[in-house]
Amino acid sequence: MQRVSAKVLSRVRELMADGTVTKVVGWKKGEFFYDCTPFVFETVESLDELVYDSFCAANLSKYMIKNSVIPEGQTGKVLVLLKPCDTYSFNQLLTEHRIVRENVYILGVGCEGMADIERVKAQGIKGITGASEKDGILTVETVYGNKEVAVKDVLVNKCETCKGKAHVIYDELISENEDEGAAGDRFEGVRALEAMTSEERFAFWKAELSKCIRCNACRNACPACSCRKCVFDNNASGIASKANTDSFEEKMFHIIRAFHVAGRCTDCGECTRVCPQGIPLHLFNRKYIKDINEFYGDYSAGETAGQRGPLINFTKDDVEPQIVSDREGN
Amino acid sequence: MPINEANQEIKKEWKPKIVAFCCNWCSYAGADLAGSSRLVYPADVKIIRVPCSCRVNPMFILRAFEKGADGVILCGCHPGDCHYSTGNYYTRRRMTLLFSMLDYIGVEKGRTRVEWVSAAEGVKFSTVMNNFVSKIYELGENVKVGDLRCKE
Amino acid sequence: MKKIAFSQIDNLLAAIAATQKLYMPVETAGQYNYGEWTPGTKYNPDVLHTVKSAKSVFFPQSEDLIRFQRDGMNLSIDPVAPEDEDFVVFGVHACDVKGFDVLDRVFLHDPVDAYYTSRRKHGTVFSVMCKAPEETCFCGAFGIDSTAPGGDVESWIAGDDLVMRANTEKGEKLLESLGSMLADCDDNAADSAKAENKEVLAKLPLAELNTVGFGKEVDLLTLFNRPEWKELASGCLGCGTCTYVCPTCQCYDVRDYNTGKEIQRFRVWDSCMYSDFTMMAHGTNRPDHTQRFRQRFMHKLKYYPDRYEGVFGCIGCGRCLQKCPISMNIVKVMKKLGGEA
Repeated sequence: MQRVSAKVLSRVRELMADGTVTKVVGWKKGEFFYDCTPFVFETVESLDELVYDSFCAANLSKYMIKNSVIPEGQTGKVLVLLKPCDTYSFNQLLTEHRIVRENVYILGVGCEGMADIERVKAQGIKGITGASEKDGILTVETVYGNKEVAVKDVLVNKCETCKGKAHVIYDELISENEDEGAAGDRFEGVRALEAMTSEERFAFWKAELSKCIRCNACRNACPACSCRKCVFDNNASGIASKANTDSFEEKMFHIIRAFHVAGRCTDCGECTRVCPQGIPLHLFNRKYIKDINEFYGDYSAGETAGQRGPLINFTKDDVEPQIVSDREGN
Repeated sequence: MPINEANQEIKKEWKPKIVAFCCNWCSYAGADLAGSSRLVYPADVKIIRVPCSCRVNPMFILRAFEKGADGVILCGCHPGDCHYSTGNYYTRRRMTLLFSMLDYIGVEKGRTRVEWVSAAEGVKFSTVMNNFVSKIYELGENVKVGDLRCKE
Repeated sequence: MKKIAFSQIDNLLAAIAATQKLYMPVETAGQYNYGEWTPGTKYNPDVLHTVKSAKSVFFPQSEDLIRFQRDGMNLSIDPVAPEDEDFVVFGVHACDVKGFDVLDRVFLHDPVDAYYTSRRKHGTVFSVMCKAPEETCFCGAFGIDSTAPGGDVESWIAGDDLVMRANTEKGEKLLESLGSMLADCDDNAADSAKAENKEVLAKLPLAELNTVGFGKEVDLLTLFNRPEWKELASGCLGCGTCTYVCPTCQCYDVRDYNTGKEIQRFRVWDSCMYSDFTMMAHGTNRPDHTQRFRQRFMHKLKYYPDRYEGVFGCIGCGRCLQKCPISMNIVKVMKKLGGEA
């Protein structure tokens, strides 16, 4: 349970009851304690099923592309619950004119890190029947007995290198840990790969990418992937193959997927979180972010709305592509 | 789909396939000048004319490799001389990131290159192509980023 | 019944692989999927589900069908022959075995799918009872008995032994070929393991799930027109994860690839969640995402039972519960639309 949960739930209810908002985009309680689903709540009664706990990792900003458009004949704003990292994605979508800002009421909610059920299960906790959480300790009831696990030990990949607890855009804020800074070195994984020889890197990606089933979850969950029609869905593009029929395709898909969001990716980590095969896709995005920072100066997509991204910008004395061959390393 | 990797055996008389994307205004004219000046560059280089180096999408580079290229070179106007003022500045950033990514996934450095060649630089065009081709000979056949179906 | 010490299982698998191809859950970069046995492959009994289901052995994600080549004015067409090598699939659980049955009804009957049929004919299914069912399991809702996994050979991990029994001629042949590796044992050797498994299943949260409100008897249009589809689909991202990890999804697309020398025509799994699924000349017949979402569940719970004697198109393995990026799944749909509601 997040510290601010109770406050969030009651505040949402108030805002809907007094007519400030007519819809709420939030997380709906699931079958078990860990499987809440993004949901559009349209009545005060339906809010009984709204939850905000340690399993609300899904980033809701992408849903606002569709839900910030108010259908004809309807009025009122749409409330969206955004965690600190989610607000970067929201800002980026505003920059790209994909969200109608005036129709949205952002309720920023504090976050202490989200738990990943796969990591809970990886600790040998299986056959889960229920759970309760107190002071960052998750007590899981299973058919094989009760087990305890600290939330900080089973964080979602993206939360291990949290980018900070401050919201970059909001209308109202419910947070108790706003001044806590970023945790962890997010480029550690990229650096580890860079330190390998090119043969080792090739082998690493070959093993990881051979698992890809081209389900497109990484693309569809990505708030930066907001094209109306993706090039990989376009049968006329010659690359819409739907499967990794050859080891080349998975490389092409993942390089291009990450390239298309380079400079726009806020490092929200949804791609890695949703991958059914556990491919560390953030390592592609973070490589681009790291390169951009090194070559063109630090840039954080979504920090403010309206920024000019590094790939639609230039300076006259940018580095030459030759730098890639000239720099050290294998 | 089982791909018979045994088919990958490098043939004795291997000739590289090299794709050169050349901008219409500078580099393509540079290639033309190299030709009319009777300067020599290897026939392994296949030129594709593009309106501006900026037209080259990262996918073009990958697709060239997919279909069997062993090296891809992109030539455009010198920075500051772009026919469309700023196109090649964008190219420069894009290709830097793409080449860095190819290195990151383990593709040999040197299979990709960007060179700025003006319409007056026939000699440079020929030198660049000779250098690039000899680099590709050195690296050998590209087996890391090609679609194996195209190699059977 | 036959048995072998469970500690000897990797030797048993090596012995099978010595005579024919062996597919089993294989680990690559931390994830288990069905793959070919190679020396050193170890069987991990603690893995309940592979990411992709066992259907990928009989119905691979992509496979070649035909090759075309043009030489001047001549066109040559080479069909790719179906695979006709014997193989064994080891480690399939009761749910996935039932999944084969769901696919059989589609592919083995007119129009017969030659590729699938050939693999089915040459494949021997060696099932293992699941060791520790999880909360996402609901095979019981579709009448599957996880303690009788089925297949050509079925087996149980009972104490320190792997106890097995052949159900078919193919299975008997396989066990015979293993000869002296196996010892004889009582017919009730696995009974206590079965009882334990049943006990766990009864305690799991989805033990009470049922199919009331779906199937052959209910009215198609009433279910089709339920207003709840819209809210159920509201969070769906439209990715293909559920369809690609599903043991019973059988839709595929046929595509051509130009290698520069020839055209290779292949088929690949397709997903009804994609916007270009069953695209026709006039466009798509399900332009709205809610319609696509509904199609998947109507197919499993209504169209399939209508077409195949009331048998459901879901086998309750729970992969979609585990893998959906936003945790929407067939159980939520069944609970919302089924029962007395």
